[in-house]
Amino acid sequence: MVPAVARVKRRRQETADVWTLDLDPPEGVGTFAPGQFNMLYVLGVGEVPISMSGDPEKGRFTHTVRAVGAVSEALAGLKRGSTVGLRGPFGSAWPLQEVAGKDVIVMAGGIGLAPLKPLLYRLFANPENYGRISVLYGTRSPADVLYGRELERWRDKTGAAIEITVDHATGEWHGPVGVVTNLLSPNLFDPDNAIAFICGPEVMMRFSVSSLMDLGLPGESIHISMERNMKCAVGHCGHCQFGPTFICKDGPVFRYDRLRDLLSVREL
Amino acid sequence: MTEDLQERGREGMARIVREHPFFADLKEEYCDLVCGCAKNVRFEVGEYILREGEPANEFYLIREGRAALEINAPGRTGITFQTVGPGEVVGVSWLVPPYRWTYDARAVERVRAISLDAECLRGKCDDDPALGYDMMTRFVPILVQRLQATRLQLLDVYGRDG
Repeated sequence: MVPAVARVKRRRQETADVWTLDLDPPEGVGTFAPGQFNMLYVLGVGEVPISMSGDPEKGRFTHTVRAVGAVSEALAGLKRGSTVGLRGPFGSAWPLQEVAGKDVIVMAGGIGLAPLKPLLYRLFANPENYGRISVLYGTRSPADVLYGRELERWRDKTGAAIEITVDHATGEWHGPVGVVTNLLSPNLFDPDNAIAFICGPEVMMRFSVSSLMDLGLPGESIHISMERNMKCAVGHCGHCQFGPTFICKDGPVFRYDRLRDLLSVREL
Repeated sequence: MTEDLQERGREGMARIVREHPFFADLKEEYCDLVCGCAKNVRFEVGEYILREGEPANEFYLIREGRAALEINAPGRTGITFQTVGPGEVVGVSWLVPPYRWTYDARAVERVRAISLDAECLRGKCDDDPALGYDMMTRFVPILVQRLQATRLQLLDVYGRDG
């Protein structure tokens, strides 16, 4: 529960309000699995959960932060060489072990692409181990597209279906405009042998799940990453309790059919 | 044009109309009626397919390419709120009075489409309500889907409060 000290090795701007930090892992802190998160503590400001967004094989912790509150703004403002308190890694992971030989659909909304990125690194490291890989990404506008160059590189290298859509655009954007579910098509996967991973705002995930199920994908083949107000990250404080589960400890990655009934409860 | 050529032209259009997902499972007799109002069209990149405020005299079933649906505000660049591609429809205002377009549609790739004469089809729907019902059952899901998408866009789920 006591944060270790990590040093910022590199900082880069992704969009107007999104920054990526590479941290040297503190001594004794091991590697992580795609989908997990760290608690990052800016001394004197506060602590927030931030998903890993780097390649698990690279031996460093990469975090993409959107500056939306006091702590995330302080995190985004950290310069190279600054220190940050770190606890983790915590939480469940995207079930990569279930993916071999299957078509894979990755659906991301906005900053929700960040927690999926470690999964993308692993998928695209050995694409021949999987069926068709589709990455469907929706965001607000062309200026808000995250990791554009990497997505393009993966598309060029592997021929995967990587599609980006935005909610609105001006004339310079030549890609699709509309909701992310518009990118789904029955040609992308075989519902009897496919698995989907979704991360984004909860409304976006609900509609994405619904569209995938309309195309025949069963709930047990869909995995989502949930977000709640996580504080302790070990299931003690109860801040992120979601019915009988704790998002920090049992999640953030859940199989959809295990959460289905809870997601429709408005009070949760 | 000889009768033979006309017949081949009709057959070609019937095939194209049937192949378009919008007219999936179209009954034979309706196909004849629809084809009587249909023609092939092409729009080059940047060309406007329809303009806001103009009479909605036709609608389009896209076969190839992509079009941007845009709204313009004075002093601002046009905002694209949706793009439509192969298998999709451009234009629903032809269905309801006052039959005027409420946005612009511009080809962002070369677009090949089936153009349907709205007045012709409205007339046939008035004459045969079963055809009208068939057309409505094809258009209403599109309208519902677009309404739902618009709601999500209005929610701005990827914005700061999303």
